[in-house]
Amino acid sequence: MTAAIDVAGLRKSFGQTRALDGLDLTVATGEVHGFLGPNGAGKTTTIRILLGLLRADGGTATLLGGDPWSEATTLHKRLAYVPGDVTLWPNLSGGEIIDLLGRLRGGLDAKRRDELLERFELDPAKKARAYSKGNRQKVALVAALASGAELLILDEPTSGLDPLMEAAFREAVEDLTRAGTTVLLSSHILSEVEALCDRVTIIRAGRAVDSGALADLRHLTRASVDAELAAPPSGLAGLAGVHDLDVIGTRVRCQVDNSALDEVLRRLTAAGVRSLVCQPPTLEELFLRHYSADPGADGPGEPGEHAGVAGGERQ
Amino acid sequence: MTAVAGMGQLVRVAARRDRIMLPAWIYVLTAVVASTAYSLKTAYPTAADRAELAAGVGHNPSIAAIYGAAYSSSLGAIIAWRAGLIAAIGCALMSIFLVIMHTRGDEEAGRAELLGATAVGRQAPLAAGLALALGACTVLGLLIMVVCVLLGQPAAGSLALGLEVAAAGWVFAGVAVVSAQLTTSARSARGIASGVLGVAYLLRAVGDANPGVSWLTWVSPLGWSEELHPFAAERWWLLLLSVAATVGLSALAWALAARRDVGSGLLPDRPGRPEAAGWLRNPLALAWRLQRGWFWGWLAGFAVAGVVLGAAAHGIGALLSSQQVRQDLYRYGGHAGLVNTYFVVLFTESAIVAAAYAVSATLRLHSEETEQRAEPVLAAPVGRIRWAAGHLLTAAAGPAAMLAVIGAAAGVAYGTHGGMGHQVLRLLGAGLAQVPTAWIMVGVAVAVFGLLPRLTVGLSWGVLAVAALVSIVGPLVRLNHWVLDISPFVHAPKLPGTAFTATPLLWLTGAAVLLTALGLAALRRRDFG
Repeated sequence: MTAAIDVAGLRKSFGQTRALDGLDLTVATGEVHGFLGPNGAGKTTTIRILLGLLRADGGTATLLGGDPWSEATTLHKRLAYVPGDVTLWPNLSGGEIIDLLGRLRGGLDAKRRDELLERFELDPAKKARAYSKGNRQKVALVAALASGAELLILDEPTSGLDPLMEAAFREAVEDLTRAGTTVLLSSHILSEVEALCDRVTIIRAGRAVDSGALADLRHLTRASVDAELAAPPSGLAGLAGVHDLDVIGTRVRCQVDNSALDEVLRRLTAAGVRSLVCQPPTLEELFLRHYSADPGADGPGEPGEHAGVAGGERQ
Repeated sequence: MTAVAGMGQLVRVAARRDRIMLPAWIYVLTAVVASTAYSLKTAYPTAADRAELAAGVGHNPSIAAIYGAAYSSSLGAIIAWRAGLIAAIGCALMSIFLVIMHTRGDEEAGRAELLGATAVGRQAPLAAGLALALGACTVLGLLIMVVCVLLGQPAAGSLALGLEVAAAGWVFAGVAVVSAQLTTSARSARGIASGVLGVAYLLRAVGDANPGVSWLTWVSPLGWSEELHPFAAERWWLLLLSVAATVGLSALAWALAARRDVGSGLLPDRPGRPEAAGWLRNPLALAWRLQRGWFWGWLAGFAVAGVVLGAAAHGIGALLSSQQVRQDLYRYGGHAGLVNTYFVVLFTESAIVAAAYAVSATLRLHSEETEQRAEPVLAAPVGRIRWAAGHLLTAAAGPAAMLAVIGAAAGVAYGTHGGMGHQVLRLLGAGLAQVPTAWIMVGVAVAVFGLLPRLTVGLSWGVLAVAALVSIVGPLVRLNHWVLDISPFVHAPKLPGTAFTATPLLWLTGAAVLLTALGLAALRRRDFG
């Protein structure tokens, strides 16, 4: 499979601030790739380099097989972009903006445009100054989703949408990915990434800290176990791979490394299980783990010591 | 009063945001009065010179339409006649911009909402915007008084001239704060208030020119300012009229603001088109769509100015009866008749105004970049050069259209006494000959935008201001020609009246193209956004 986006060792500084510090990112053609990180991690900077708006200080970036800086105009025929903070021309209507952006890209599917307007419940006759943040976002989304582009670059596309509209957005993206569209979805909304993405890259302080299929990344973390037993358990406390053990009478809660899961279950059933909930880690937990540790240390951090995130966001 | 809680704080924030623009406005307007006063003092040294000038002016309706009437032949009265109305208009514009920026402008941008959620009274932004504008006008008035006193004029008259200017600013602060309640967009609010100013100017122009309808002057707030008669038996009571209008308009705005929602206007928003017009399909069309309203407004202004100033040329002989002024005007430009010289000055000044339009149209590139509206266009298959070219074509075509219109309109108005076809062609050509000077300013703005994006706004306007000041004031104060030469406005052919030479036009255009190319080359290489 060829890569739609291939970034290696990308570096970019703004004065003293180092926005990207050797970022690696690979998005295969046809996949939906989640690009996760907190504010200021470098997501938007990466996207702006991929769009040829910024010039990288070092490293390589390939977009749809071309150089995003020198071949920007030809490459842009094949992609559509939704910025994280959508600003529109206040005296143009939403419909005018959608049509204009579509025509700049070489025409848009009128049927699909109307269908999306309906799906997002957007009134195209309103002047942009009268739109709320969510409605401005919808204008950009409709323009991008109706474009028929082979690559969508979406920078926190649902930040202003309500849950119903978020669902409409997911549906629309799923339609496109079934047809083979590649999507780079930058987000810090984890449920969205979990629902849509095949693979994710997690970045922090301008560097990818993890990348892979969601299923692979789950190996790195622990399952959370919550059990009600017939009798108090024995032998859990000293067991390797068990963390945050909390036993109140016959109620047991703990975090378990996947390698120790078998042994833990054996000891629970020995005491008699009345109810058992065992959950795979949510992406939230995955996320917390990566941001609670120092950038250098790759060992698992302690849950709950979620550190404040450093680094200035460039908007 | 809880309605204005936090107002002091807001005034301080507003003053800090305007720390460059506000002093610049006040400085330029003070400088206009000071340089006019100084040059009149040198040009009409004796009482006889001034008496001759005042007598000529007194009998000339078309001159009175532009500057108002001269009420005495003292130097002070002549200064007030020549600079008072212009400074009053400048002060009114400053007021309009300040008030609307800090009321409707903040509301449109959503900043007012952020403030409204804090412990700031509902009417505090309105009161703060007004307070800042009224204060700025008053400071300007006092500075003008100081300048006149320093030039040896009587204190009472100097104060009256300062108040003439300030009072116009006060009334239009009131007009602006009312128009800010009407529309949801700051741009339209500025348009309405500026329109009222334009009507006020025309009302008093007709009233001053035609004694039969002199009551029209008394309907116009600018008329109240004029009729103060600085340096000629001041009529102080007229200030009451201006103050009453200011208070009345402010109270009206207060009442209107209390009845509406934050962010809404009293005039209904017109819905837009659900689909884009067929022609809106490339960056040039987008630039035109964004700039056309502004463009038509300016063009209409140039047409009206052309007619008024063209008609005024009939009375030019009377105005310029003083030997000294004739000499000065010869130094300024051509060698033929006085009327030609008058038109040379007119077109030079028009070129400066057209260049201001061109700079503001070019700076659209900068605001589109910083407000991130350029990003979606550049993320489409549109290169930076093509994107910029759209706005630059509009910026370059604008002054050409405006100078053509003012030339043709002046030709029509001046040609009413015969030979209209000839006058129209002659003055159209003279107007067009000034176009490359405005293009230079486009080039400067693009070069700065490409090379030093952070300084774009300040440097572009700064260069225009210096070039304009040098070309207007330079010849009168006999500046060294090395200094004069830095201003492009000095280099355009002195038309009508002298032989046409293409050489200066070619190198002015060449320089404009070179500067533009430099700016665009830099734009291609730099980080965007």
